Formats: sequence, structure tokens, C-alpha cells
Amino acid sequence: MVHNRSLVYDNMDNACFPSPHLDAFPAGLRVLVVDDDLTCLRILEKMLKKCFYRVTTCCLAIEALKKLRESKGTYDIVISDVNMPDMDGFKLLEHVGLEMDLPVIMMSVDGETSRVMKGVQHGACDYLLKPIRMKEVRNIWQHVLRKRIREAREFESLEGIHLMRNGSDHTDDGNLFAVGKEMNLMKKRKDFDSKHDDQVFLDQTFIKKARVVWSVDLHQKFVKAVNQLGFDKVGPKKILDLMNVPWLTRENVASHLQKYRLYLSRLQKKNDQKSSSGGIKHSDLPSKDPGCLSFLNSFNKQQKEGAIDSFGYSDGTLKIQMDTTSHEKRRASTSDIPNPKIRKSSEIGLNQSLESAESEANHTVFDSVIPTQYSWNEVPKRPLGEELNTLVQLKDNLSHLPLNVTQQHFQNDRSLSINSNPSGYKSDYIRPVNSTVSSVDTFPSQSKSDIIFTSNLSLKTPKFNLGCASDMEIYQRNLLLGIESASTPLDEDLNLFLLQGEYYDMNFDMQNIEMSEYYDPRLIPEVPTNLYASGDYS
Amino acid sequence: MDHLHRKLRDHEAAMFQQGYLDDQFSQLQKLQDDTSPDFVIEVMTMFFDDSEKLLNNMSRALEQVPVNFKQIDAHAHQQKGSSASVGAARVKNVCGTFRNFCEAQNLEG
Repeated sequence: MVHNRSLVYDNMDNACFPSPHLDAFPAGLRVLVVDDDLTCLRILEKMLKKCFYRVTTCCLAIEALKKLRESKGTYDIVISDVNMPDMDGFKLLEHVGLEMDLPVIMMSVDGETSRVMKGVQHGACDYLLKPIRMKEVRNIWQHVLRKRIREAREFESLEGIHLMRNGSDHTDDGNLFAVGKEMNLMKKRKDFDSKHDDQVFLDQTFIKKARVVWSVDLHQKFVKAVNQLGFDKVGPKKILDLMNVPWLTRENVASHLQKYRLYLSRLQKKNDQKSSSGGIKHSDLPSKDPGCLSFLNSFNKQQKEGAIDSFGYSDGTLKIQMDTTSHEKRRASTSDIPNPKIRKSSEIGLNQSLESAESEANHTVFDSVIPTQYSWNEVPKRPLGEELNTLVQLKDNLSHLPLNVTQQHFQNDRSLSINSNPSGYKSDYIRPVNSTVSSVDTFPSQSKSDIIFTSNLSLKTPKFNLGCASDMEIYQRNLLLGIESASTPLDEDLNLFLLQGEYYDMNFDMQNIEMSEYYDPRLIPEVPTNLYASGDYS
Repeated sequence: MDHLHRKLRDHEAAMFQQGYLDDQFSQLQKLQDDTSPDFVIEVMTMFFDDSEKLLNNMSRALEQVPVNFKQIDAHAHQQKGSSASVGAARVKNVCGTFRNFCEAQNLEG
């Protein structure tokens, strides 16, 4: 092991920076600078070049994201301004952190503590004050190195365990369980230096994948375990035991759990949600999975591809995934409807501290697939409950957000389904639920929360059977009401709710009640009664 | 020729002394080298161009009724950033004061 460790570090330095200046690290560092101020951009570029870094500049955040996504390994570090016209610097920061996991440095003229704190909370490695000095620029490589070391350590422990199982051949996907970063690290190592191959004691298969592989199934198990334990009491060891996955290590679970928590907290705080064109992966939920929880991914699409995917999970029978394409279609039809993307984490870590991060593009609204398990046979109201859940979540995410999002997939889906399934139904429910939600459309900026509310409310009222339209209206109204005051992170509620949801029908009532409980404090004054009603639902 | 150089240096020194320029400007000068001999000139030109635009926007915004302080504030912020980057200390400070006025919605200020 010791030998390995030294190898790791040894490799790390070199391996991580596959550039011609291998020896001269930190020279050759690839930096991406984003700032709307051209003057500053130029100055920074010059400074960075003086440090022998390789610089790329852009003045738009969107452009920067595009460049980053083009090839994930192109940059080592990102420097971004806080105030930018097209996207908030903090949002960009989050995106980068989630999707590419690169160190990000913020900069601004404004050095107020609150701003700096915000930066750090959003994951910034550092916060520089303008005017930027040369010496500050010289030091940025420390962040890159630090991150790599951390990754290497995580990876190492993973390796160790892997080595112990040496020979076993379930390396395949299972072993690629390394946290994404680790895998990246591995990849870099692999890529960069073939002569180190013999030193790479890891299985070649280990290096197969570039990114973490918390598959949907695995994640589902993870979430289930978390739910069973109760979010507060959760611990990697327990989760691991519950999951009963032989090749999974405690470290894997621990890092995944950490990510998950961060993710949830981010979601919670996200206020602006824009609908991304279907950030959520969408699986054909309808008929197939009776109890699919739709896992809404509030992350940008891009995120979805990356980190977020890991959060999607299908809980056994429950499989939620929004069909982005379908959403998109819907979206097209209701282009005016703001589509907040909401991330619904069914598993929820009830992370109260979710931030309202919304990646501007993508908080995908998610279909909260209502676990059809909830006795579909029962009054259709049930499904509404589900919707409620999802809505709640949405609400969380959406609260006070300007819904730039185009539409809620949600809505579309839901309305459609509601109409089609007036009476109880099983698998179809999911669809309906989704559509009703989406039908909420036309909320300019608060639609999201509105939607949630309305859906919540509609759940309460057994109008479900009445026509979808009326329901929708209710939804809308409710949502509108709700949005205003929807400050509390419904996400948690929802999450909780969903959690419960997983437990199927018997919990349904409980859920409802639970939901109302949750909502109580947070619901808007106008809405509360409705929500409380949910308790009466049963 | 020398005479001109001397004058330039004096002028520069005076600027520093009077607080028009600050250390950042020296940093900028250090950045200039053989690979980019006109670096300082380029940057300053860019700065002046940007500033001009910003100031124009600002004055237009001030003429609007009702005055959109937020927008002006945003402009001032940008101006502050730019001037800080090039070392235009006085401009930067003025921007700071300006922003305070904006926050107070003090049109007179």
C-alpha cells in the first residue's frame, strides 16, 4: 500500500497534468477566464501568460460553459467574475462545480464579506478582489493541486480496496465506482503516461470509465437505504449494509452521500429555476413502472448528464425519469409557459439547506412520478397527492423564481394525464400527474411555485375527477398563491414525501398527512388550509 | 526626445502622487514586455473606450424619468471594476461614492 501511495502521488503530479510542461508544473496550467469586462479580461490574460499558464478567455458565461462542456478535460481551473450580464457568477460557479468538478475562483470589485461568503458557499475555491495582482495570479495553481491531491486520496482508498479484491472480476461497472473525480484522475493518469502503466497497479478495467458510475439502480438502492435509515441518522456504513452490494465500498458510499447532500442543499436554495430542455432523464415511465418516482433533476441538462444523473434513481419499480424529449415537445407547444425545472429528489435527503441554485438553464422540472404504488385503485386523488409531492418539490425549487424556464414538463404531462385518467389508474397515473402539473402553464414567473401549489391544492380537493381544467385552474391559483410565500424549501417536504412515497400505499395517507405537516409552517397563508386538507385526504 | 520622456515621467509621478493612479498601474506596466510592447497602451485605450460607453449609458439613464438607479448602479459597478483593474484610483473611488448615492436613490448626489 505504501508503495501504491507513493505511486499515486508520483503519478498524480505528472499524470494530472498531461501537458508538455510536465516538469514545470504549475506551468502549462490551462485556465479559462470569464469576465464581461474586456479590460480586465485582457489584463488577466496577460498576467496568466506571464505565469506560463495557458489561457482562454471569454466574456460570456454561456460561452464559457460551452467551452467547458466541449471536452471535459480541456481546462484545469476556471476564473470567473461575479457580476456578469448573462448569468450570475455564482450560478456559473455551481454549474462548473457540478458538471466538471473544476476548481473555480471568483473575483469582483466588491469584497464585502457577505458576497465572499456566498462565493465560498457556492463552492468557490477562492475569491479574489479586483484589481487582481500578479502575485494572486501566481498562486492559483495551488487550488488545482489541492483538488488533485484530494481526489487522489479518495481514489487511493478506493484502489486499496479494489486491490484487495484483486482478481475478482466484477470490476466492470461495479468497480468503477470511484467517485467521478477519482475516475477522472484515473483517466488522466491513464491517458497521460503509458510508461506509468506498469506502475498503475489498478486493473485496467478500473480505468475504463471516465466518470463515476453510480448507475440508476445503484443510486436507487442508495436512496432507498437512506430513506430507510432516516436522513438524519444516515451513515455510510449503514447505507452500505442496507444496500447489500458486495463490491461497493464504504468510501464510495460516503463520497456519494456527501455529494447527494450537497446536491439537495443546493436544490433547496435554488430559487430561480429555469426549465432546461429536459434536464431529467426520462424513462418511459408510464405504463411500465407503476410506481415510478420521477426524479426530477433540477440541474441543468448538462448537469444532468454529469453529476445529476447519479442522483436519478429508480427505486425498484419506481422509475422516474422525465422524458426530456417529451417535455420538450410539450414545451414547444406551450412555449409561454414558464417551465421551471424543479428537481425533485425523491429520495431526498431532507436537506434543509438546499440552496436555490438554479442553474439557469437547467433546473429541470421533474416529473414527480407518483408512485403508482399508492393504491391507484383509490380515488384518483391519490395521485394528486403525488403530484402534490412533486409540486411541493417544485415549489421549493421554484419559490420566488422567475420562471424563465420555458415550461414545466410537469405541467404538460400532468394535465394530459389527468384528463385521461379520471378514475384511478395505475401506471397511467404517472403520466397524468405530470401533465397536470404542466398544465399549470402560463405562469409568468411564479408559475413554478404556483404549480406546486395548485397541484397540491388540487390534490386536496377531489376535483380531480371533475375536469382537468378545473383542477388546473386550481392548481394555478394555488400555485400563484403559494409562490409568493413559498419560501420554505418544499423540497424537503417533498423529498420527505417522496421518501414516504417509496413506501407505497400504506404510507400514502401518512404521506399526505406528513405533507400537510410540512406545509403547515411553510405554506402560504392562503394555501395552508388546502394543504392541511391533504391530511384529510384519506 | 529625452525631454519628452522626462515630461512623461513627471506627469506619471504627479498622477501617482495625486492619487489618480495607483499601484495597479505599475503592475500593468510590468506586464508589458517584448511580447506585447504596446500592452499598456492597448489596455488603456480599451479602458477609455469602455468608460466612455459606460458614462454615456449612465448619463442617459440619469436623464430617464423615473431614474433607474439600479441600472446606473450596475454601470458604476462596472466602471469601478475597470478602473480598479487599470489602476485609475480616483475614478474607482468616485464610482464607489457614486454607488452609495445610487443606493440612497439620491439624485442630487
